[in-house]
Amino acid sequence: MDSGFLQTLEAILNFGLPIFLLLLAYFVGTMLERRHFRSIRNRESEFAQFPVVTFDTMPADWTATSSTLVTGSVVVSLDYFKRVIAGLRAIVGGRIKTYEPLLDRARREAMLRMIEEARRDGYDAVFNVRLETSRLANSSGEGKRTAGVEMLAFGTAVKFTSRFARTS
Amino acid sequence: MEISNTDSIPGRTIVQFYGVVTGNTVRAKHIGRDIMAGLKNIVGGELVGYTELLQDSRNEATERMIQQAQSMGANAVVNVRFATSSIAQGAAELFAYGTAVRVE
Repeated sequence: MDSGFLQTLEAILNFGLPIFLLLLAYFVGTMLERRHFRSIRNRESEFAQFPVVTFDTMPADWTATSSTLVTGSVVVSLDYFKRVIAGLRAIVGGRIKTYEPLLDRARREAMLRMIEEARRDGYDAVFNVRLETSRLANSSGEGKRTAGVEMLAFGTAVKFTSRFARTS
Repeated sequence: MEISNTDSIPGRTIVQFYGVVTGNTVRAKHIGRDIMAGLKNIVGGELVGYTELLQDSRNEATERMIQQAQSMGANAVVNVRFATSSIAQGAAELFAYGTAVRVE
């Protein structure tokens, strides 16, 4: 076996694998993200009539009979491609565009899950909605791997005195 | 037991305060879930195992908070807040706290 072949093999193993992972991450990650955004938009338009507010007291025209705490959460992580891009970006500084859609979709997903919980249990609206973000510890000793970011949405769900009690 | 993250329970009046009640739990990740999450880290997106883990943990912390409120004789917890902190490699604390009250 000549040494040229071995060198080629070595080069493929050294550079080919990361490049393959990058490409895989880029295509699969982008596809998954598009699909997720589509699902988020569909559900958001479905829930458009469901009142969700961040006021800490109920609007004056709401008369509630019962209430409970509802939560929605999601843990997300960046794909390999985006992590590499973000790593490069961190050298020169500036806006890291690859992170923005990830956090955006996670937050919207958490909010949708909160609304889904409220609707499932027969509540009519949610008020005093709060959003929290927390980073989870690295899953292993390697500094580069982030286990993920958790988005939490919570609020107080209320049932109106009658289904059409709102007089606005 | 009624819980809310607002200063009062909608449609009720607070007649007595019992003080702050808390509930916490510290969870470590499951190795199987960690391997799956490691794979998922390549393509990105939701880490379902972790979402469930944190959701379960938060429910447990809330449950402990409610138990404490019940033992005080309260029938509601208002102004509930959540906190998450990474306390060690691969472990997180989920914490819920609020004010135990009696409502009528």
